[in-house]
Amino acid sequence: MHENEGCMAVFRMIALAVIAVLAAIAADWGRDLAYSVHAFLVMLIAAGLFVWEVRRFGDPVPVVDRSRYMDGPVRAGVIATAFWGIAGFLVGTFIAFQLAFPELNFDWSEGYANFGRLRPLHTSAVIFAFGGNALLATSFYVVQRTSAARLWGGNLAWFVFWGYQLFIVLAATGYLLGATQSREYAEPEWYVDLWLTIVWLAYLAVFLGTLVNRKEPHIYVANWFYLAFIVTVAMLHVVNNLAVPVSILGSRSVSLFAGVQDAMTQWWYGHNAVGFFLTAGFLGMMYYFVPKQANRPIYSYKLSIIHFWALIFLYIWAGPHHLHYTALPDWASTLGMVFSVILWMPSWGGMINGLMTLEGAWDKIRTDPIIRMFVASLAFYGMSTFEGPMMSIRAVNSLSHYTDWTIGHVHSGALGWNGLITFGCLYFLTPKLWGRERMHSVAAINWHFWLATIGIVLYASSMWVTGIMEGLMWREVDDQGFLVNSFADTVAAKFPMYLVRATGGIFYLSGALLMVWNMWMTIRGPQARPVSTAVPAE
Amino acid sequence: MHDTYTFMRHFADSWALLALFVFFLGAFVWVWRPGSRVLHDAAAQSIFRNDQVPADDTAPQQDPQGATRGGRNGGDA
Repeated sequence: MHENEGCMAVFRMIALAVIAVLAAIAADWGRDLAYSVHAFLVMLIAAGLFVWEVRRFGDPVPVVDRSRYMDGPVRAGVIATAFWGIAGFLVGTFIAFQLAFPELNFDWSEGYANFGRLRPLHTSAVIFAFGGNALLATSFYVVQRTSAARLWGGNLAWFVFWGYQLFIVLAATGYLLGATQSREYAEPEWYVDLWLTIVWLAYLAVFLGTLVNRKEPHIYVANWFYLAFIVTVAMLHVVNNLAVPVSILGSRSVSLFAGVQDAMTQWWYGHNAVGFFLTAGFLGMMYYFVPKQANRPIYSYKLSIIHFWALIFLYIWAGPHHLHYTALPDWASTLGMVFSVILWMPSWGGMINGLMTLEGAWDKIRTDPIIRMFVASLAFYGMSTFEGPMMSIRAVNSLSHYTDWTIGHVHSGALGWNGLITFGCLYFLTPKLWGRERMHSVAAINWHFWLATIGIVLYASSMWVTGIMEGLMWREVDDQGFLVNSFADTVAAKFPMYLVRATGGIFYLSGALLMVWNMWMTIRGPQARPVSTAVPAE
Repeated sequence: MHDTYTFMRHFADSWALLALFVFFLGAFVWVWRPGSRVLHDAAAQSIFRNDQVPADDTAPQQDPQGATRGGRNGGDA
């Protein structure tokens, strides 16, 4: 056993050394800056891991207590969620000010930190880094508790966590250095896509392995949603990123699709990233943490199963509503529109199921700020899943498309539904994972709730006003049939609303900063007790 | 190429459509099948079990009525 361990360590060292050398060569021969920087980064990581392996060579293998849950990756995921959340909100607030004050696109940072480069950084940071880490951490937490089994695969869960962080860093630095395949929410280039595919399959293996080892007879509904999220995202990611690299030593690639097929593949991916990453995955969180925090079982378990099947059956067809009035055939865009409207039903079924879980305990909304966050989150889920189907109707879309109404809709969903439910989960998990009785300051949770809610209201309402105004100005014609407004007229008219939106961003960011302080004090504060839950030696 | 498209298209709007629809309606029927209430109630309660440590290998939890609300780790609020 011991010799076997030594052999494995030598094998790992050889592999790491080979990777470091190959990455060094790739960094030298790289055809563009982003590729060389990424190869250099991989070289540094491989070399660092090599040194780490050498230094711990021969050390006794730490004993892992297999009778406990594996919460190390969950703790790391909770911290990463908070960290990337702040990064994503900060960039978002900054680019909101860039839109209001173009002078903030500084000359010295042109080509690296102008709006066009920072915008995908913001979207990927909040969706994939903040949201993705929240999904990783909560899914690992939930699947263990509801299966009554330790995470399958040993340190594979750690590989998933760190591999995913590497994906985030490669994606983010790539955007700043100009490596993008210009597909919304799928901007990372081919080698980053390949790396994410490996990490994602490992994630699927850990999750499925734990489910197979479960001691509970039934697979709890939250795990169904998480599994749908993992499997569907794998499928979407692979198909939408089918591309041929121009050179194995460069970051450029050419998509396998062209024309309207390309557009349809992209929005099949794009809308289902919303449907399965930001909805199905987060519903997995909802179905565990809302009943848990309310200390009551879910209102209707039957409804939760119907919700699951209806949601995944309908969502996958809704993508074409992003391509109204384009080269896409009418039947396809009508199909997307009809399925989007039907989708309203399961969405509200799920919202009602979550809210009614509080039946008989409505006072908790007043007394428990975490429950209040969950309830507000479900309310925003309900609002944006009503607004979305409405905007997918072709006639409404002719007004709303290409305007800031879309941005407002996205943010009422992302800040309201995804953001608030994630904050609630972090407040639930932090004391539990570090063995504290409760969060350091309950009053601060309350402050966070109000700062976030006011921020969202400012954001969404300003974007409704400016979006509808913009849509009406673009279509306004005089009695001769000429357009009344130039594009620059609409930009000038939007300025006050851009200020309100950026202010909303500041509110939302301050709330999140308060949360990070609260988490820090809970974990590391002077009066915090030592960790009382068993920490497996990992 | 064209024939492949035509074949796929006809298959999609006939047998594939029927199969998906039957599966979808089947899921509704399955959820309301007789005797499912007890199983669903037990599943809904499962989040209140095994909060601290995994279940013992020797004693798998098969008893649907085995847990009470609040479970092993009551007082979460």
